[in-house]
Amino acid sequence: MNGFWVMLRREMAMAWGRGGGPLLALTFFVATATLLPLAVGASPARLAAVAPGSAWLALALASLLSLERLFERDYEDGTLDLLALGPVPLEAVAFAKGLAQWLTNGAPLALAAPVVAVALGAELRLVPLIFLSALIGGLGLAFTGGIGAALSLGSKRGGVLIAVLVLPLFAPPVIFGAGAIEAFAGGLDWHPALGLLAAYGLAAAALGPFAMAAACRNALS
Amino acid sequence: MFQALANPQRFMDFSRWAAPLVGIIAVILIAMGLWLTFSVPEDYQQGDTVRIMFIHVPAAYMAMFCYACLGGASFMGLVFRHSLADAAGRACAPLGAGFTFLALVTGSLWGRPMWGTWWVWDARMTSVLVLLLLYIGYMALQAAIDDEVKAARAASILALVGLINLPIIKFSVDWWNTLHQPASIFRAGGPTMPAAYLWPLALMAFGYMALFGSLWMVRVRSEVWRKRANGLALQAAG
Repeated sequence: MNGFWVMLRREMAMAWGRGGGPLLALTFFVATATLLPLAVGASPARLAAVAPGSAWLALALASLLSLERLFERDYEDGTLDLLALGPVPLEAVAFAKGLAQWLTNGAPLALAAPVVAVALGAELRLVPLIFLSALIGGLGLAFTGGIGAALSLGSKRGGVLIAVLVLPLFAPPVIFGAGAIEAFAGGLDWHPALGLLAAYGLAAAALGPFAMAAACRNALS
Repeated sequence: MFQALANPQRFMDFSRWAAPLVGIIAVILIAMGLWLTFSVPEDYQQGDTVRIMFIHVPAAYMAMFCYACLGGASFMGLVFRHSLADAAGRACAPLGAGFTFLALVTGSLWGRPMWGTWWVWDARMTSVLVLLLLYIGYMALQAAIDDEVKAARAASILALVGLINLPIIKFSVDWWNTLHQPASIFRAGGPTMPAAYLWPLALMAFGYMALFGSLWMVRVRSEVWRKRANGLALQAAG
């Protein structure tokens, strides 16, 4: 267990060095949201209708950014070989990486999501739920994305490949996350959607590390 | 049967006559199915367009069936490390993607006269589209890694991840659909399907399955040959 905490702290510390870290993802998030009014028109009524959903779309895209370096850096400099031989099981290493990805990438994005949504015209009463759904959804996005990152180790087209592998798997969290906000905005019961979102995230966190570890072992073999 | 056929030589001996035989069965079934497709009476609501159903519905069914085969082959490849299972997964994906694409295209062609639009974001169509993306992801991953064994294993892991995710995606898309558009579309064609329509549908479905089986065997055979050719080339060079 001690080794796990060491791994987690190492990953958190390294996240800032991973090609700009959360700042890059945040900038990408804001930049994507900036293009939306330019693409669909700046009329407030039209923007407000799509604001929460667009925030979620931009969130899913932004959470892809730092995935490329999640395993690749350790793979390239041989750290992953050492980790595979070390006393901490590779599954725990993968879990630490996914958790760190969530904390250093998903959490800042979750903080930015309400700001972006409100800037696009979402109502203020939606803010807590947008933050909550982005935070909970980030868990699923981090661990599902981690599977794609581990699988594309050793390929030459890391970034785009991860996006192609992972985006179809992002369908459930995007549906539940945006669905919760939409249900709340429409005066419907939003608890089931948020519950399903949390269930997806927890299931991804529970099962994802096994797939990630298997993919790492395969890449190292 | 799988254990026996896992031996490449035995598989080659078996598929040598099985692949063409199943192919002939496929041709007969599909020919009969197509003949019935064009000879059944028109639907009282849909007119001639109902005939698209006999091409479309079996293709949609095969899209899922192929993914199940892909998942099965991937599982065998990961757990038992059969090289033939890797070849089977590799051979299966483009076929499944083809059926999925056929289902989407024929669905779109059917939707135009029936619903007045080429595409609707309804639950079934959306999840079939995601299925196509999963197939493409599988093939992209396999193509992106140079080492063949590693590529096959990584793709197998992805196939299993997709297999676990498919029901979740299906459920979430259904859930999303009820949130967005409550029953704006329903399938026409009457409450129950008349027997005259069931026959061509069943023939086409079995025909597609036989076609898939035959092509699958042919593709696995060519994989085995390709590996042997590579081996011979290495020997000659070494």
